[in-house]
Amino acid sequence: MSATAEPIVDSPIPRRGAAATLEAIGVSAWFGDRKVLEGVTLEMRAREVTALIGPSGCGKSTFIRILNRMHELIPGAALAGEVRLDGVDLYGSDQLPIHTRRRIGMVFQKPNPFPAMSIADNVLSGLRLSGRPIKEPRRIIEESLTRAGLWKEVRTRLGAPGGSLSGGQQQRLCIARSLAVQPQVLLMDEPCSALDPTSTKRIEETISEIVNDVTIVIVTHNMQQAQRISNRCAFFNVDEGSPGGIVEIGPTDKIFHDPDDPRTADYVHGRFG
Amino acid sequence: MAVEARIPLARPAASSPADRARVRPRSLLVDDWLLLGGSAAGSFCLVWVLYQNLAAEPSVAGFVVWWFVAFASMYWTSVFRLQGRVLATDRLMSFVIAAGAAAMLVPVFVIMGFVFYKGAGVITPHFFVETNQFCGQLDGPKCGGVAHAIVGTLEQVGIGIVIAVPLAILSAVFLNEVGGPLRRPVRIFVDAMSGLPSIVAGLFIYAVWVIGLGRGFSGFAASAALSLLMLPTITRTSEEVLRLVPDGLREGSLALGGSEWRTVWNVVLPTARSGLITAVVLGIARAVGETAPLILTAFGASVMNANPLAGPQESLPHFVYQYIHYNPGSAPYQRAWAAAAVLTLLVLGLFAIARGLGAAMSIEARQRRAARRDRRLAKREAAAALSQKRAAEGAGPS
Repeated sequence: MSATAEPIVDSPIPRRGAAATLEAIGVSAWFGDRKVLEGVTLEMRAREVTALIGPSGCGKSTFIRILNRMHELIPGAALAGEVRLDGVDLYGSDQLPIHTRRRIGMVFQKPNPFPAMSIADNVLSGLRLSGRPIKEPRRIIEESLTRAGLWKEVRTRLGAPGGSLSGGQQQRLCIARSLAVQPQVLLMDEPCSALDPTSTKRIEETISEIVNDVTIVIVTHNMQQAQRISNRCAFFNVDEGSPGGIVEIGPTDKIFHDPDDPRTADYVHGRFG
Repeated sequence: MAVEARIPLARPAASSPADRARVRPRSLLVDDWLLLGGSAAGSFCLVWVLYQNLAAEPSVAGFVVWWFVAFASMYWTSVFRLQGRVLATDRLMSFVIAAGAAAMLVPVFVIMGFVFYKGAGVITPHFFVETNQFCGQLDGPKCGGVAHAIVGTLEQVGIGIVIAVPLAILSAVFLNEVGGPLRRPVRIFVDAMSGLPSIVAGLFIYAVWVIGLGRGFSGFAASAALSLLMLPTITRTSEEVLRLVPDGLREGSLALGGSEWRTVWNVVLPTARSGLITAVVLGIARAVGETAPLILTAFGASVMNANPLAGPQESLPHFVYQYIHYNPGSAPYQRAWAAAAVLTLLVLGLFAIARGLGAAMSIEARQRRAARRDRRLAKREAAAALSQKRAAEGAGPS
């Protein structure tokens, strides 16, 4: 496991700088006329795992989709505020969404490997989709799959369809696919919610191995997971009839053991009503 | 007595857990087949005796209907007596549904069988390679052939596909992937086009291309008319197929930094490939049997004209249309039936080719090819290693 945690030298993939700090400043979001998120300010530091926790419908997924400009793909979606990657506003008029998305990768709740592509092609798909030349494809495939903790399981059947893997393997393939384009930030929207405990453990190991190269933001409903893997936590909450927002931000230990806000304490200890 | 009889005959109780027989609960065992066959034979004989003697005017259709009823009740009763109500109802419903499916196939086979029966006498190898140029009404039915019509149909439909498929798939991509305010009008327009009578498509090309631009009759004009007919069919089918591609795949592609066009080209279209091939097959089916637009565009000919760009050209549907008017039994009439059989074969062939292409492009097929290549390489390497080893051993002692 730990062998793969070593920083990979002279990678064949053109590097675009290492992990970067992502900052959201006063972010609000709307679907049509309905405001779903209000005034979220959050710093997601480089080489750290930031966990977003909170009940369903409080705007965590909306927030994470704003970070790599996926939010605007939904008809009727609007937003306000700034998102800065190493100080550059991603919503500036000179920024293309596809450039943002190449620097900020995303792993979804439901594994979505491309069914018409082989495992190897799935890993290379990010480079193909962004039209970049692929030098040494075999090294990129091996390196990305190794970092995602999948290489040993699939190295003898790289030509098999991506859909032929189990759910946990598919999710790690999606992580490998995202890592192959060398993102500076990786957003994960409940990546383990559809997986069994063993696969979840593998993905958590993967996260701890790659966090030195990639800033990680993860949405999770699993409190233990947030405690195990994150350095900092942001607790989102929503009240009936009002937009969601952040209640408390802090180091994971503090959020779970000594939160400032009683609502945070209730949530992390499973007390409701 | 009844209780005893209900014990399933073919599934004896096992004496010990180790030697329990392997059972596939849904499969039919020997005595199930015997029951089925016995009921079929018994009901056949019963209806034979009763219906033939009691009906005022026995007919084949009436016989089949009564046989169906007698079989259903006889089969249900015997399964009920031996294996209980649940299995009896299950078997009966399975039979009814299977009979419905078979009834759907009957017209297909009757039509195809009829066409081949009428045409078989004329079809000989030379029917596929000769033209109709020197054959008149008084020559024998085996004079000449339909080579010119086969070439014409293949060229007209082929060029039509080449025109229609890219346009149709682009339209489907527009309707499903791009959208915008023009989506509704385009969809209404495509729907309206799919109701276009084929003769009108032919008239349009006749007025614009054949007469208006003075280009005269040609296979290409026919292709243009056929592509007008294929376009809406392929567009609507492709659109439905693209709608089935999960949104998660599009999001995955966009989140990797893919542009919308690359997402469509690298992810959406490959995922929908087999459905798109079905769309093309339906397009071919729509066009290949059309006759009306061909009269106004390709006109028809009895000589070989392999150039689709100039001069009248024959096609199989037109050949049939032209010669089926002759007296039944005359030589041209028989040739028309044979041409209809050839057309049917041609359509089957085109469908098979489209399906085969789709299967060959699938990831499973690519994987099989890669595995074969790997095995070949491994074998070659092993052979090379073996010969090296032998050479080393041979050189060693000396």
